[in-house]
Amino acid sequence: MSVRTHRGLDLRNGRIDLSHGSGGRAMAQLIADIFHAALDNPWLRRGNDQAAFEVAAGRMVMTTDAYVVSPLFFPGGDIGSLAVHGTINDVAVGGARPLYLSASFIIEEGFPLADLKRIADSMGAAARGAGVPVVTGDTKVVERGKADGVFITTTGVGVLPAGLDLSAEKARPGDRVILSGTIGDHGVAIMSKRQNLSFETDLVSDSAPLHDLAAAMVDAGREGLRVMRDPTRGGLAATLNELAHQARIGFRLSEEAVPVKPEVAGACELLGLDPLHVANEGKLVAVVSPQAVGPVLAAMRAHPLGRDASIIGEAIEDDHSFVQMTTAFGGGRMVDWLSGEQLPRIC
Amino acid sequence: MSVKYIDEYRDGRLAGVFAAQIAEAVHPERAYRFMEFCGGHTHAISRFGIADLLPANVRMIHGPGCPVCVLPVGRIDMAIQLARRPDVTLCTYGDLMRVPGSRGASLLKAKAAGADIRMVYSTLDALRIAEAEPSREVVFFAIGFETTTPPTALAIRRAAARGLANFSVFCNHVLTPSAIRAILESPGEAGGMRVDGFIGPSHVSTVIGTEPYDFAARTFGKPVVVTGFEPVDVMQAILMLIRQLNEGRCEVENQYVRAVTRTGNRIAQAEIAEVFEPRDSFEWRGLGEIPRSGLRLKPAYAAFDAERRFALQGITGRDNPACECGEILRGEKRPADCKLFGTACTPDTPMGACMVSSEGACAAHWTYGRFRDLARRVA
Repeated sequence: MSVRTHRGLDLRNGRIDLSHGSGGRAMAQLIADIFHAALDNPWLRRGNDQAAFEVAAGRMVMTTDAYVVSPLFFPGGDIGSLAVHGTINDVAVGGARPLYLSASFIIEEGFPLADLKRIADSMGAAARGAGVPVVTGDTKVVERGKADGVFITTTGVGVLPAGLDLSAEKARPGDRVILSGTIGDHGVAIMSKRQNLSFETDLVSDSAPLHDLAAAMVDAGREGLRVMRDPTRGGLAATLNELAHQARIGFRLSEEAVPVKPEVAGACELLGLDPLHVANEGKLVAVVSPQAVGPVLAAMRAHPLGRDASIIGEAIEDDHSFVQMTTAFGGGRMVDWLSGEQLPRIC
Repeated sequence: MSVKYIDEYRDGRLAGVFAAQIAEAVHPERAYRFMEFCGGHTHAISRFGIADLLPANVRMIHGPGCPVCVLPVGRIDMAIQLARRPDVTLCTYGDLMRVPGSRGASLLKAKAAGADIRMVYSTLDALRIAEAEPSREVVFFAIGFETTTPPTALAIRRAAARGLANFSVFCNHVLTPSAIRAILESPGEAGGMRVDGFIGPSHVSTVIGTEPYDFAARTFGKPVVVTGFEPVDVMQAILMLIRQLNEGRCEVENQYVRAVTRTGNRIAQAEIAEVFEPRDSFEWRGLGEIPRSGLRLKPAYAAFDAERRFALQGITGRDNPACECGEILRGEKRPADCKLFGTACTPDTPMGACMVSSEGACAAHWTYGRFRDLARRVA
């Protein structure tokens, strides 16, 4: 007879071992003591293999994302909060209201239980803060060396307001491009903690749930809100190039209008990066009709996550779908996709 | 952290002032063709859109000063061969990973196939790996002009002082003045008089000074202005070259007085001289063999020379025959003149070296400037 199950997990010095993924008591205890404790809600409490919920009338959205960020803990967040915010944001930029999340964990043998608890607690806090519960989940343990600490995959479902259909191909020449705030904060915050690269900065990741901001923009913009995106990997440059190709238009930006914090500009200078290519986790870019610009911008600036929102450029006719920019120096350049690998495992 | 005093050198109003002065200075009846030797300048010119601020008769020609671009295929093949040895850990800068070697090989592919290749940010990272993993033969893939040579020298001397037996350097350091001489002596240059003056890189001159360029002005009658990498620096250097030509002067001038002197950094020069000596000849992609243009380790440091340590035989690789990197590196062609540019060859699928490094002429033009080709075609 084992008395271990009554003793509880050693959350100070304990580590994940293969028994935590074996389907036995150890796994049940891990789920109860760490995940259910952190993420607690009525769906998880029922303890079923699935969560049952009412389906809203109308169109739903669904999205999934895997998180492999390194380091797991970074200034302004960790893999847990990132896995909640990132997936909420993918639902939100479609204009949908996020309802539920699922989370699956792949954990490496030897991973400290204290770190796992910290990640789960952070995930719970992020989910409660956003009002989007994690209603079902899964854990797997793999042998040491077969993963790097912990990988998390989250799936999100949400519901669209009746009649709303945001899509890139709705953008047309003359539309304005609006950005919700400074770019590059997340990527630089991560880089500042990388081995071999570490440098001193007070900068924190911008990781945040954008669904409230997005809902306010949907209300304010109505038909004039063409499309929204969150510029994550590949940065603002990748997002605008994707939109240009989908909509078969070009964009012309003004470098001076794109807000970049001095710390981000400085770090990018040092590392030879372009802030336009650096990842964000709490920013939103929208293409908006000239008529809707005023109301959308006002709604954004009234929200804490859109305080620094500004018009950074406009859509132009261009069969080549080029994103061009007038530099602060007074010349012209293209803003291209990043080629090659800037920095792996940023999210 | 913040980098101060940068915005001043990127100031749009100041750019306007220089643009107006340049427009006023140029003689409309003549053409001004300047080669910016260094890839860092090529990148700055493209990234800040400097071409838009220059009159139509002032043309910037992109030079061969990108160490990744001028590395011949054979040296990449040698590095791949080295990395495939089971006992070797090859430490390299990230830009070199995708440079195409012979038959489509690259360090990136070799790494995927199991070679122990690690991306580092400095020579000292490689030194640390050698200390931490004494059972591995750690080789640093050293490339670059005079700017990056002193740190390599320092690492070798540190390894020697610590008796680090598992550290060595695959040396591909090259010399700026030798390449400028080769361009000036190339038949195209003598017959066509393509280049009216040179913009020299300030970081190289912080080490070597401005003196080593005297031959360009004295022997070849080409003015040189050594300048910094901020766009205001480049604009001022262009103005200085135009004024030299208009006034019939031919001098080596120093725009970058905030860090460059005529004689350079004697300590760094001594560091280089302690560890390295010139090779009789070194191959440059696009320029061919150039006498006394590359460095190797002196016999006293032979133990740290990967070429001797692993008895590496020189390999003569073959470029893709359709690739026009050579003509582009010599300033004879523009990137868009190459048939592969933007079709088979893009930064994601580089065929030639000019497309690999962000400082390469083709990559800079593709990334920042290719919209101008359309305007040129229409006009």
